[in-house]
Amino acid sequence: MAGVLVFTESKDGKLKKVSREALSIGRKLAEAAGGDLTAFTNDRGVADDAGKYGVKQLFVSSAGDYSTEPYTAAVAEAIKQSGASIVLFGGTSNGRDLAPRVAARLNVGVASDVDQLEFADGKLRARRPVYSGKVFARVEVSGNPAIATTRPNAFTAEEGAVVNPQVTDLTADTASKSKVLETKVPEAGEMSIAEADIIVSGGRGLKEAQNFSYIKDLAHAIGGAVGASRATVDAGWIDHQHQVGQTGRVVSPNLYIAAGISGAIQHLAGMSSSKHIVAINKDPEAPIFRVADLGIVGDLFQILPALTEEVKKARAH
Amino acid sequence: MNTLVCIAQVPDTESRIKIAADGRHIDEAGLKFIVSPYDEFALEEAIRLKEKSGGDVTVVTFGPERAAQALRECLARGATKAVHVKADNAVDADSLGVAKVLAAAIKTVPHDIIFLGKQGVGVDNALVGPMLAELLGYPQVNVVTHLEVGDGKLTAHREIEGAEEIIEASLPAVVTAQKGLNEPRYASLKGIMAAKKITIDTKSVADLGLTDDDVFNSRVVFTTLELPAEKSGGRKVDGGDAAAAAREIIKYITEEAKAL
Repeated sequence: MAGVLVFTESKDGKLKKVSREALSIGRKLAEAAGGDLTAFTNDRGVADDAGKYGVKQLFVSSAGDYSTEPYTAAVAEAIKQSGASIVLFGGTSNGRDLAPRVAARLNVGVASDVDQLEFADGKLRARRPVYSGKVFARVEVSGNPAIATTRPNAFTAEEGAVVNPQVTDLTADTASKSKVLETKVPEAGEMSIAEADIIVSGGRGLKEAQNFSYIKDLAHAIGGAVGASRATVDAGWIDHQHQVGQTGRVVSPNLYIAAGISGAIQHLAGMSSSKHIVAINKDPEAPIFRVADLGIVGDLFQILPALTEEVKKARAH
Repeated sequence: MNTLVCIAQVPDTESRIKIAADGRHIDEAGLKFIVSPYDEFALEEAIRLKEKSGGDVTVVTFGPERAAQALRECLARGATKAVHVKADNAVDADSLGVAKVLAAAIKTVPHDIIFLGKQGVGVDNALVGPMLAELLGYPQVNVVTHLEVGDGKLTAHREIEGAEEIIEASLPAVVTAQKGLNEPRYASLKGIMAAKKITIDTKSVADLGLTDDDVFNSRVVFTTLELPAEKSGGRKVDGGDAAAAAREIIKYITEEAKAL
């Protein structure tokens, strides 16, 4: 039985969290399928890190920084050499850009953004949220290889018995009809909601754009990302990158704090799979309280600054 | 400059989704269908290019009878031609099946750029754009928030985690639109009247030379749909005393969420 290949990404020589999550579930699938866990990287410096997750063979691409077409060729080559029957991509911007392209090249399908995976009866089975989490679909992926992209934060990153991976250099076609001219990082230190463990989100209850400072102050103090409801994005109070919900990002952080968000169906769909939810709203009937583990009926303009101070105190210890 | 816009018709985002009796489809009874929201940004960008440099904007969809209404909506906003690949069971095609249909349908339509929304709102696969690009051998720029088109090439801003890449690609190319690319227009009365005079080119999967196995192959099969467990709602606390409320929250995020 063939094994599992995981497409990994790294930053400063360390595997990204979503890659460690994908490796962890990949190792379990490989055990169930009776094959080896292998991985793809562009940085041989992650070999030790990958070994902690049980990677037996590490394919190192010389394609440089991410670019769709050279990476498609390189990953397709790694799949061929590894003989993997299951291929996982962490659901990052690059993972989601690449997985469908690789799949089309190999004439197989993809289960996107899955939050559960198992290998049973010779098949890869996945659960994925559809209609932004209003419904869950159970899917069977029957291609060879069967490909899935994993939703960030849905799987736990767990190290296994340490192995010393065999490192294999990959050479593949680097031809490309596109190139990255520049990468712009807009505000230094700003965290993306996609992979954040903690998100602090604001809604119309903030009353005006400048009051997003209440949200940003708390997010900064607690080490979280800034989220926003669609209404505030549409009103131009904050950039779309921050929008949580059906036309924004579907997120599942460990902690989601919603302040001044009433909880429209599109918003609830985008955040209700968060593991711990705190809502602050002055309307006791607000739908957000239906999904909140802890609901505070009160004035966010009083409570958020008090909370920010408490967080600073707690973190100072 | 000729552009193609591949669109999907999806349930209105405000819909409550019910599961059909077979347990693997959604119940369409009473659902309102709309042009998938990200496709609206794709269409708007194509119409703006036409207004600037002429050419055709052809909208293409693969869907059942009802999808013709979505094409009419796009024509009313300014698309100039429409192709409807009609199949009653189109919802049973997987993303690669859809990409194969679109690739076949557009082969005979002149184009410099193919636009799609970054994902179809609903099944949320976000797969068709890159799959289509691969099938056609075109470059792709995914999740685009800004676009400039030059001579034989385009420059696009691609949204990535916490940053933005500026990518140059040769034409023809596939571009998937993100919210923020533009502000989509509404259809004007004049547009609606003009759209009525345009004949939608309707075809079947067989007309495109594809077999059911190409399109409805069981690569990714929905076996069941299920509704998420209804959250009962947790504790609700009066926050009249802000300091006490803050301490209550700290206690929760320290002891239960273990986030501090």
